[in-house]
Amino acid sequence: MSLLKVRDLSVAARGRNLVDSVSFTLDAGERLGIIGESGSGKSLTATAIIGLLPPGLSATGSVLLDGHEVIGAREGELTALRGAVAATVFQDPLTALDPLMRVGRQIGEVWERTERRAGRPHGKGDTRAAVFSLMDEVSLPEPERIAGAFPHEISGGQRQRVAIAMALACRPKLLIADEPTTALDVTTQKETLALLARLVADHGMTLLFISHDLPVVAGIVDRVVVMRTGVVVEEGPVRQVFATPTHAYTRELLVAAERFDRALGAA
Amino acid sequence: MSDILRLDHVSYAYPGGRPVLRDVSLAVTAGRSIGLVGQSGSGKSTILKLLLGLMRPQTGDVLFDGARLDLSDRQMMRTYRKSVQAVFQDPYASLDPRQKVQAIVSEPLRALGIGGDRRAMVVAALRSVGLDGDILDRYPAAFSGGQRQRIAIARAIVAGPRVVLADEAVSALDLTTKVRVVDLFRDLARKTTLLFVSHDLGVVASLCDEIVILEGGRIVETGPTRAVLAAPAHAYTQQLLASVPRLPDFLAGASSP
Amino acid sequence: MTAVVASAPRRGASWTWRIGLALVGLHVVVGLLTLVWTPYDPGAMTGGRLSPPSLAHWAGTDRLGRDVLTEVMIGSRIALQVGIGAVSIGAAIGITIGIIAAFATRWRDDALAATLDILIAFPTLLIAMLVVAASEQASLGTAILALGIALSAVVARLTRILAKRVIQTDYVTAARVSGSSWLAIVREHVLPNIWPTLSVNLALQFGLAVIAEASLSYLGLGAPPPNASWGRLLQEAQGTVYSAPFGAIVPGLALVSLTIGVNLFADGLRDLADPLRRGRG
Repeated sequence: MSLLKVRDLSVAARGRNLVDSVSFTLDAGERLGIIGESGSGKSLTATAIIGLLPPGLSATGSVLLDGHEVIGAREGELTALRGAVAATVFQDPLTALDPLMRVGRQIGEVWERTERRAGRPHGKGDTRAAVFSLMDEVSLPEPERIAGAFPHEISGGQRQRVAIAMALACRPKLLIADEPTTALDVTTQKETLALLARLVADHGMTLLFISHDLPVVAGIVDRVVVMRTGVVVEEGPVRQVFATPTHAYTRELLVAAERFDRALGAA
Repeated sequence: MSDILRLDHVSYAYPGGRPVLRDVSLAVTAGRSIGLVGQSGSGKSTILKLLLGLMRPQTGDVLFDGARLDLSDRQMMRTYRKSVQAVFQDPYASLDPRQKVQAIVSEPLRALGIGGDRRAMVVAALRSVGLDGDILDRYPAAFSGGQRQRIAIARAIVAGPRVVLADEAVSALDLTTKVRVVDLFRDLARKTTLLFVSHDLGVVASLCDEIVILEGGRIVETGPTRAVLAAPAHAYTQQLLASVPRLPDFLAGASSP
Repeated sequence: MTAVVASAPRRGASWTWRIGLALVGLHVVVGLLTLVWTPYDPGAMTGGRLSPPSLAHWAGTDRLGRDVLTEVMIGSRIALQVGIGAVSIGAAIGITIGIIAAFATRWRDDALAATLDILIAFPTLLIAMLVVAASEQASLGTAILALGIALSAVVARLTRILAKRVIQTDYVTAARVSGSSWLAIVREHVLPNIWPTLSVNLALQFGLAVIAEASLSYLGLGAPPPNASWGRLLQEAQGTVYSAPFGAIVPGLALVSLTIGVNLFADGLRDLADPLRRGRG
């Protein structure tokens, strides 16, 4: 059964469709990429999937997340779905984290909430152990120091690892990563992508990876959806879409990406 | 071969902070486009600020045509501003939202007191970056990111500078737009000398003759771009190159028309 | 290439500013009218003392038998003179100091900012009273100067904050690299970009200046008769407020309508002062 089924999803603002009749499905354990430039609607699609559209935007169509309809659902149902079913890692970890709370505490709160919802009793010591184990899973060094630090006291790459640990603490079936490495330096990006790939594999998570960066997407997903101005222009396995693109826009993207790739010489 | 700009054993530290530049020397030679590559904290933006004459090095000198750049020498700075112009990263921030295109592009002409038919010069600059001359009375809000960056480039070249310094000038652009603006910079590099600061090795590789790799405020490697990328000597350059996400092999040639 | 037409966000601009404009406009018309015509000669004893409103005296007469409507109409002119004068002086001094502070080196800026903060801590009225007290004789000019100086500190502080924000933008860096002088940067970038916000604040200061002058006059520190402001009318009517309430109510309404009008109008001013929000975005 598919974990995520998007049918004719449209997102409108003031009568204009920013996302227009987008449909795709994501089977459990699959890794799907959404490729698009600014204004393509890729991030709006992701926000609509978890029912987090900003005010003024309205979604129509259907989003079935683990069998639950997201469009039109009450906030209470959505809160239960977010976390338990889908967790998100955003582009900018600095805005995704609470600047005034130590990062260990932030990871701990998510873990405690997950345990409470699952009805499992836990004590203070359990949280502490769980936080350190999550930090270990995302390869954060010096867990004692970093757990006690505020977000601005650690590096960008470390912040993104904290955000990933928080997503992981939910034990989600679906991990949505929205440009998770765009704000990072290239060496940090490489490590973070490797980490994401390992975690997705280890936990059997389903991955929805949103990015404008073709080489990055190609390296982490099996299947891609190419979006432009709110519309899906092409969809298929990475190999097929990248090797034999059918849409002119996909070709244009690939030609552009190849230009810079070739300039670097043989890999 | 003449060096238009030179950094000569330059060091810089912000007050109370650790040094951001340590004994950096580099030369911008007429006709050789040069790419300055580094990650965050490498000191590349500090180098740019020094070269733009926005601050003074604490030790070492910035040389302009062989003479020490003196920010308080009005006559020298006027010549310097006329010779060295810049394009910035964020085309949404680098254009005054309350100025019309005409005023934006003609700013260097006004500031440097360059006379003549300014309107014609602005139109010529706009044309050379692929924009119509009939946009003079519009505000930046009417344009896309790529178009704004073209306007910014028009401003940089309108006074006929010898060097254009570009600060991550294509980093904020979408891929398909980026390709076109890189092409524009490549044309520009034929007419003037380009110093292109970027974290993006692929862009620098497709644009610059020379490459300078910065790490932690030091130059770790420098040389002709092709040679450095083909056989990086320094461990950091190797690591940087190995970290760049690459397209999969199966693509090779597939997308060529 | 297709141009993307960005739709400028329109916030705050509701219809209420039109009411403000109408109220301010009414006072302007009345104020200008008094230059050529008033129902009665200002200051003239025109009838019985403290008579209630009648066809001859729409707002009644005061304790000296003067026509209240005439006095209140002249008050409109005085109020506008005070507002325009004080705001002009306050803006000239305040914007200059604010811009200098914004461009100044770190410690000079800190010193100026601290001085302004101290000045602002004093109530506007207190500063104005001190300035009036320091001058030989209370006059309308002294009151305007005093209020202008008093509100310049507020304007300077706002200007400094707004200008600093503009100076840090990339387009000002681009202007410096283009070779623009500080003066050119102020003229071309700083002033146009701070003006929409600043003008709203100046409109609010206008309302505050009118109230402050009324208070000064009430305290007997404002303009002497026959060019009396609403504050003096209120003060004179104070003793007879129970027997002849119109002497206080009419100038009171005039004061309230002008300050409310100015405040409502300020909401719409942001849009009028900004070329980006005017018409096509």
